[in-house]
Amino acid sequence: MTATDTLRPIKPFVKLPPGDKPYLAGSVCNNCGEVLLGSESRLACPKCGGRKGFTERRLAETGSLYNYTTVERSFPGVVVPFISVIVDLDGGGTLKGNLRNVSPAKLTFGLPVRVVFDDAGRTDKNNNAYISYFFEPAAAEARL
Amino acid sequence: MSDVYVIGIDMIKFGRFPERTVEHLGAEAALMALDDCGLTIRDMQALYCGNQGQAGALVGQRVLKEIGQTGIQVINVANACATGATAFRDAWISIKAGLYDIVLAVGVEQMGKGMLGGAGLSEGISPEGILGSYSMPAVFAHMGMEHARKYGTTFEQFAKVSVKNHHHSTLNPKAMYRKETPLDEVMNSEMMAYPNTKLMCSVNVDGSAAAVLCSEKKAKELGLLKRAVRVRGSALQSDPYTTHNLAMMDFNAVTQLAAKNAYEMASVGPEDIDLIELHDCFATAELVHYENLGICKDGEAGQLIDSGATALGGKIPVNVSGGLLSKGHPLGATGIANIYEITTHLRGEAGKRQVEGARIGLTHVVGAGSACAVHILEKA
Repeated sequence: MTATDTLRPIKPFVKLPPGDKPYLAGSVCNNCGEVLLGSESRLACPKCGGRKGFTERRLAETGSLYNYTTVERSFPGVVVPFISVIVDLDGGGTLKGNLRNVSPAKLTFGLPVRVVFDDAGRTDKNNNAYISYFFEPAAAEARL
Repeated sequence: MSDVYVIGIDMIKFGRFPERTVEHLGAEAALMALDDCGLTIRDMQALYCGNQGQAGALVGQRVLKEIGQTGIQVINVANACATGATAFRDAWISIKAGLYDIVLAVGVEQMGKGMLGGAGLSEGISPEGILGSYSMPAVFAHMGMEHARKYGTTFEQFAKVSVKNHHHSTLNPKAMYRKETPLDEVMNSEMMAYPNTKLMCSVNVDGSAAAVLCSEKKAKELGLLKRAVRVRGSALQSDPYTTHNLAMMDFNAVTQLAAKNAYEMASVGPEDIDLIELHDCFATAELVHYENLGICKDGEAGQLIDSGATALGGKIPVNVSGGLLSKGHPLGATGIANIYEITTHLRGEAGKRQVEGARIGLTHVVGAGSACAVHILEKA
């Protein structure tokens, strides 16, 4: 296998375990319990400053739409429109991403969503492909 | 500790000057501020120079090469869109500390056209349009949508900010654009990221502004107290932790904290403020900052813009200069340009856009990432 046909994660917190499903990695502060994105070694907690370490956690693949905006103009070359959203994952963790396959009439604050993993659709200058997470409505009737 | 006064201040008319250098632009404002109080670079004990785009390239020293290399201390400052206000505050701190009696603060930026932040990555792929949007119109659209979610704020209410500030700019000869933009024109201009249309985005321009700050003793000695403006409060904060901060840049908690600290230092409250220059980088931001700065209760920003209270002639005029939306937003210059606007009103020299009887004014800027500076100024 060469470097060019290895799928890479778009962000370090997107985990691609061999022979298993992708997941979003988080960590829980052992001092205050805040759920943070990513499992890379942190020196201390940004919320409490605590240095009691973190417990890695697989973040939920369901959540709700905290915020959204339809982006109709972006940087040159970026395909528009797309829906930029902030999702609060069930059980903790919050992150920004694209919402896709949503029926326009169903787009609303608090919409239950699910996380899906897919090809990011863009390669880097060395032609490497990437896996990204995306959000979709959790309920079939809210999907396109 | 001595009170600190602004004794000289000015800004160039904002515009696009691709043929000039950043140090030349900075030098022009520096000389204008020195001329404003009848002093020269030889009277200055230090220079605090704010610039974002060439941070690390000693812009302050380059400014001195244009106006006089006197060997004074130069501190170069970068703090995103709070850069100019940070340079001003550092200058203020140096006098408060008793180290200097009279110093110069310069803010300057050469921006060019187009949207900020679109440069490609050397590693990996750009997340734009895959992991949501990181463009500034979208980041501040999210800020407006958060307000809409909580309080039902409407597209029209956000758009009214732009109508108001563009109107104000018609009265400001130093603004980049001086054109009325009726509500339907604002709402029907190209949609960037809902609810921000193109006319609800600030203008990327080149510009510079500078201020001479002075101790009370020195100002008296120079006989320059008459047009001086006293710095009653100065606060600069970084973003305190909030859960959504993990996914959204925070401009709210950081502003609330800076406002609280500045009001406390000045021993005034929002009800004492006669006019405000706040960070309307996007129309959505202005409304949310009404609440962050405490000029209305949470959830009432929409009603406040509807009431006309924040327009010139209203109870608490906001962005009478035309704001970042129409005066323009050269990152490193904006913080000092805001202080110039307030100072001009407190001196009673603002001409057609003068806020009558202005005695206390407030300036506010935020930098993405985040930083927030608030200054409270009073007629001496």
